[in-house]
Amino acid sequence: MAGNDSALHTPLGLLAELTHRCPLGCPYCSNPLALDPRQSELDAPTWARVFNEAAGLGVLQVHLSGGEPGARRDLVAITAAAHAAGLYTNLITSAVGITAATLRQLADSGLDHVQISIQDSDPASADRIAGYEGAFARKRALAAEGVSLKIPLTVNAVMHRANIDRLEDMVALALALGASRVEIAHAQYYGWALKNRAALMPTAAQVKRAAAAVEQLRARHHGEIVIDAVIPDYYARLPKPCVGGWGRRSLNVTPGGRVLPCHAAESLPGLEFWSVREHSLADIWANSPAFNAFRGTDWMQEPCRSCARRDIDFGGCRCQAFALTGDARATDPVCYLAPNHHEVAALAAVQEDAPYAYRRM
Amino acid sequence: MNDTASTIAPEARPHLPRGVRLVHNEAQGGWVLLAPERVFKADAIAAEVVKRCTGEATFAAIVDDLAKTYAAPRERILADVTALLRGLADKRLLEL
Repeated sequence: MAGNDSALHTPLGLLAELTHRCPLGCPYCSNPLALDPRQSELDAPTWARVFNEAAGLGVLQVHLSGGEPGARRDLVAITAAAHAAGLYTNLITSAVGITAATLRQLADSGLDHVQISIQDSDPASADRIAGYEGAFARKRALAAEGVSLKIPLTVNAVMHRANIDRLEDMVALALALGASRVEIAHAQYYGWALKNRAALMPTAAQVKRAAAAVEQLRARHHGEIVIDAVIPDYYARLPKPCVGGWGRRSLNVTPGGRVLPCHAAESLPGLEFWSVREHSLADIWANSPAFNAFRGTDWMQEPCRSCARRDIDFGGCRCQAFALTGDARATDPVCYLAPNHHEVAALAAVQEDAPYAYRRM
Repeated sequence: MNDTASTIAPEARPHLPRGVRLVHNEAQGGWVLLAPERVFKADAIAAEVVKRCTGEATFAAIVDDLAKTYAAPRERILADVTALLRGLADKRLLEL
């Protein structure tokens, strides 16, 4: 049963995790702790089939991600296949592993947009966070190459305790790089980030200052750069409508071909995921047990079940609810109405300047 | 940002920048503007306006054409289209 909101929606976006391989070791990586090995990765023809099936389902945009998608030698062929399927193609990259020549080939293959992550505005700090010497300089170079090719650029700035006080400098860097959009992306505590939570968590004072800074920057740069930012989970009063609702707007294909409602869904126990190796995407979207587990509202408990916002935020994030309460059906504790909301503030207060556990395969 | 925020020059040639596309998609129920990591539903009127933003027609010509097509007062079309295109430009979805 799919609940009160039982109509099967049309997905808009597909996150294609082409590989879990990545030269960087960012401690906030959203990938799972158990990474898919290279030999399990889908080949380019299979990705082409998946893209065609996605377009047939109504998907409009594909996000080519990882890991570092540049670790795939067939990235150009994969991107061309997504473009040929009629999808809007977005490359999400660390910039390390993509050469200027490859970027030119990608542009010629129909790449619509590139998102480059930056770790900090300070080069030494950026390289330390990435766990890769010289990463910052390569990001600058690839961003410049993309802008010269007229590929629109988004800078993804992941924020945490070590860099949040330089938020203004990071937006200034995005402007200098020629980005038309910058995401102030607070670290979200799943996967490797959850493991590093105490080392990454910003203070309440930092978060408050950052929110005010974003407002000022938006006013100052109106029409010049789009600044996307939300209140970080552990300091929010209302939960985020995670992935726009479970099995409602998007799907995620892992390097090995498993199809997930969100990139962290494998952290939930007892879910049965289907693979594109055995099923069509349409079959998975409509019928796979994992996609139907939290669709609609029938699965909800109180206070979500009778809440006026249940069709707005969908009870928040299932992975966060499980990570913080041990019950995947619980109200996301970020919500002020959740019985254990007060525990979130206590968890945010646990801060320790320990060395990062870098993400490694 | 500047004193032209509420007007558009008649000789401007509005166009979608690279990375922004207007597409019609039955499964999504009509016209959508695809942009970097964002999707905007466009109603039929907005789609008619954006379709004319090819970079060839001037803003004045687009307004003339819409006033003729919809047999509406030019002043009203001018105000509506200015607001629509300004809003898109502020979101970096259109270049003027």
